Amino acid sequence: MEFTSFLWLTFGVFVTLCTMSFLYKDNPFYKFAEHLVVGVSAGYFVIILWHQGLVPKLFQRLEDGDWYFGYLNSSHWEYMIPAILGCLMWARFSKNYSWLSRWPMALYIGISAGLAIPLEMSNKVNKQLHAMMVEIDWANFFGHDGFNLLDVTSGFSQVLIMVGTISAIVYFFFSKEHTGVFGRVATFGIWILMIGFGASFGFTVMARISLFINRLQDTFDWGGVAFDSTNQHYSGMFPAIFWALILFMIGYVVYEIVTYLKQRSVTTQ
Amino acid sequence: MELFERLMKLDRRWVFLLLIIVCVWAYASSFSVPILVMPEVQSIYDKVEGLPEGSVVLVAIDYDPNNLAELHPMTYALVEQCWRKKIKTIFTALSMNGPGMCVQAIRDITDSVSRDKEYNGVMYKGREVVNGVDYCFLGYKPYYAIVILGMGQAFNQPYPTDYYGTPLDEVPMMRGIINYDQVDLVVDISGGNITDAWISYGQGRFGFDLALGLTGVMTAQYYPYLGSGQIIGIMGGLLGAAQYEKLTDNPGRAKDGMRVQLPAHLVIILFIVMGNVGFFANKWRMKREGRA
Repeated sequence: MEFTSFLWLTFGVFVTLCTMSFLYKDNPFYKFAEHLVVGVSAGYFVIILWHQGLVPKLFQRLEDGDWYFGYLNSSHWEYMIPAILGCLMWARFSKNYSWLSRWPMALYIGISAGLAIPLEMSNKVNKQLHAMMVEIDWANFFGHDGFNLLDVTSGFSQVLIMVGTISAIVYFFFSKEHTGVFGRVATFGIWILMIGFGASFGFTVMARISLFINRLQDTFDWGGVAFDSTNQHYSGMFPAIFWALILFMIGYVVYEIVTYLKQRSVTTQ
Repeated sequence: MELFERLMKLDRRWVFLLLIIVCVWAYASSFSVPILVMPEVQSIYDKVEGLPEGSVVLVAIDYDPNNLAELHPMTYALVEQCWRKKIKTIFTALSMNGPGMCVQAIRDITDSVSRDKEYNGVMYKGREVVNGVDYCFLGYKPYYAIVILGMGQAFNQPYPTDYYGTPLDEVPMMRGIINYDQVDLVVDISGGNITDAWISYGQGRFGFDLALGLTGVMTAQYYPYLGSGQIIGIMGGLLGAAQYEKLTDNPGRAKDGMRVQLPAHLVIILFIVMGNVGFFANKWRMKREGRA
């Protein structure tokens, strides 16, 4: 591995440790990592937007025109309309002309609503309702390939989805008191909701642990590279950088412990 | 202070510390955990395996570095499977930092495909993967819903050039590929609500086969689309990625990470049980003492 690549890898591990130090408490190292991420992301986004958005979709389309009149004699002059509308968005910063920014906003929201309403209705409501109203597959009630309750197309799953959906809706129906049969159905509904939330919680835990595992993998990789005997060219340099970071980390932990003990002794006195 | 009260007032930092110790121990150990493949992951694998050479798969890299841990392994396993089978790939990145993820994945997978390797008993000769011939990276464009709809009419409408600035009409691979009609499968690997747009504006409007690779947090909320047939499969979180790696016989970071998940989950379950025992015991004691 090249020296600069190893330095970047080391910096990655350093920033990881900075971020994870927040688990103990807020500190300047965490703040540094936090601001770095926000700054780099914003800078990266601006560059991507320029090169992937404005250049190919506006400037390149207009480049057959004459610069003198600001592209007005380009054969694709119509692209100036969205460009002007885009510029009007900046009018928000002016007290007197902020009303001008409503034009592009109105156009954007109008187009979005026009596109979204029929497609969202069709794909998120109608198709989901249709999926619940299928004929129950009695022939394959417990699964298509033998007994398999996880088979989402089995008759059992169809019944469970139908009953579960209706029960969950009943739980949110507050115009009637939740007593008797109605109350029992609502209770079943809350059980269904809790199982759903439980599944989401389990997946969320897995996701959070996955993030930690990834940083663990990178940190172990970094350690592996530092002591890789094939990196003869930098054989002394890599372990030195490794130990420098480890010592720095230990130093900070010791500093925190000493500060904590001092504070405790002051409190006890 | 009683044990149960101590449990209720346990500093959360002890939980973090124990979790870190367990994770580091598990990662440094060499045990492995069995990975059972779910039907929703199998269906994606079967679909890709069933595609003949020269087919076209669109892989939407709609995630940022914060979702890299879960979603990068999916991309690596899926794209390597496609390229080994000489399936052409179109990449899009509709997430802000997606292009960086895509460029990294293309570089690493290209490197891997250049070497001879055996998967599921089949030997694949290493070959050079060429930009514009084997794959086309379209890049990032803002307003993903409009871009998804635009690609349904013609790829060159929202993307006049590819990511590297080559006019799309001059990219050899894109000759004859006008819109989704020429695409055999769309796989959205996503860490945000771009997935909703792929379902509503993409699959719902144009009717192509759609598969999803999602972060763990998102997975549960997209299962209804599987039941309704709007998507053909879901890879959920690191587990989904590990299952796909197992199917493609291409073990990577997901399979490697699954052995850490098991003890980490056990620790969390242990703390949940301890918290509940403490809560109910405390409640019972207060009731007995007539304080509640």
